[in-house]
Amino acid sequence: MNKKTEIGSGILIWVLLLAGILSGCKGGKKPAGEETQITVPTENAAVIEDFKKAKTIFNALPSPLESAMLVKSSGSKFDVALLNPIGNDNKYVTNKSMALNLGIYTCDLSFTSLYEKTQLIIDYMNSAKKMADGLGILKVIDQPTIDRLEENINNSEIVMEIISDTYMNSNSYLEENGQSAISTMVLTGGWFEGLYISTQLIDFKNFNDNKLVGKIIDQKLSIDILLNLLESNKGNPSIDEIILQVQKLKVIFDKVTITSSQIKPEYDKASNSTMLKSDVKTNMTPEVFRELTAAVAEIRSSFVK
Amino acid sequence: MRITRIIPILAFFMIVTTFSAGAQCKAFAKKVCLPELGAYTHDGNYHAAVLVEGEEAELYKTFYSDMDYRIAICGEEKLPVVEFKIIDANKNVLYSNKDANFAKTWDFKLQASQQLKLIIRVAPSDKPSETPASGCVSIMFGFKVKK
Repeated sequence: MNKKTEIGSGILIWVLLLAGILSGCKGGKKPAGEETQITVPTENAAVIEDFKKAKTIFNALPSPLESAMLVKSSGSKFDVALLNPIGNDNKYVTNKSMALNLGIYTCDLSFTSLYEKTQLIIDYMNSAKKMADGLGILKVIDQPTIDRLEENINNSEIVMEIISDTYMNSNSYLEENGQSAISTMVLTGGWFEGLYISTQLIDFKNFNDNKLVGKIIDQKLSIDILLNLLESNKGNPSIDEIILQVQKLKVIFDKVTITSSQIKPEYDKASNSTMLKSDVKTNMTPEVFRELTAAVAEIRSSFVK
Repeated sequence: MRITRIIPILAFFMIVTTFSAGAQCKAFAKKVCLPELGAYTHDGNYHAAVLVEGEEAELYKTFYSDMDYRIAICGEEKLPVVEFKIIDANKNVLYSNKDANFAKTWDFKLQASQQLKLIIRVAPSDKPSETPASGCVSIMFGFKVKK
């Protein structure tokens, strides 16, 4: 998640700047939940108007659970060898590597859950816990959570609920404690792992008919969201390194074309749901796909090394 | 002399209220908004903020074909109604909860994957001279594989 505030009033900027300095937060950003009841002088209508114009912006990447679900729904088989080995978890000692690998292990955990690799679920939850503990996100994955997971290991709905809950707790904790850059790296790690596993599962013999290729092309739609998310934390050396890597990936995604007709909503009374109808044409050659696969593998390798 | 006493007190007050507001917002999101997802699986992402009356927020997200989605947007009771609309890249409005009695949820699916934008706005106060109320607004996404 990313949030950014655009505020026009000089007075308000000074008020917020002072507030930012005093509460140890970065200026120009508005991390989740950071705001509190602020008493605005009622006689200053201009200040109130400026405050009302404040705009919060969220950039939402697909979560690890969603990424894993996309792969599974494409009918792809799964290869456990693609996951980041749990034995690697001792290597991660910096905040950057722990944050990226919290996202990566949570994504791997999502895959083991959806593909019902029950033996591995606890192992990957423990690796995610190690990363969360290292980042100081205490109690996000505590012993009762592990116990509940063990008790319900064969109930995929409860397992997914636990994964979703722990992921949300980690990110909300980081956002609410002014650690937006760390939170962004967790999200980035999760997104890359989903993309890495997807690209590695593609068999070129059925390239044109592979449903998963379509899902990988769809990630072009998220690359700008990822860049916006990272750039909102620009200036953090770890984030700046990742921005350079993602910009290289964007150059490859820019070779992929996606054209869409106008979207037409059609409400279905029976299901009380709306279908957003549109025709989309995409084009990605196997050569561009190979380039993309290599770039994703290189970046992911730098994250898990 | 007076200012040197005021600043640490103000700093302490702001730090305490910052963290308590954050924790309160997360608790609100989990307790009030999460149940709105019903049978849909929460994606695990956290989007919540304290918004003031009249304040607007935007969210960008890619939604995929093959999935059924539910969006749940909830505001604390002390806030006026929370309006939300979904627009496409050409700024066409695909849905507005104003047309559905300010419903908190919207269920949809897509024929083809699309990046969409959500615009969320806490309705402005009827009494502009008063201090605007603020409260948590939470945005949650649930999904299930399309049948």
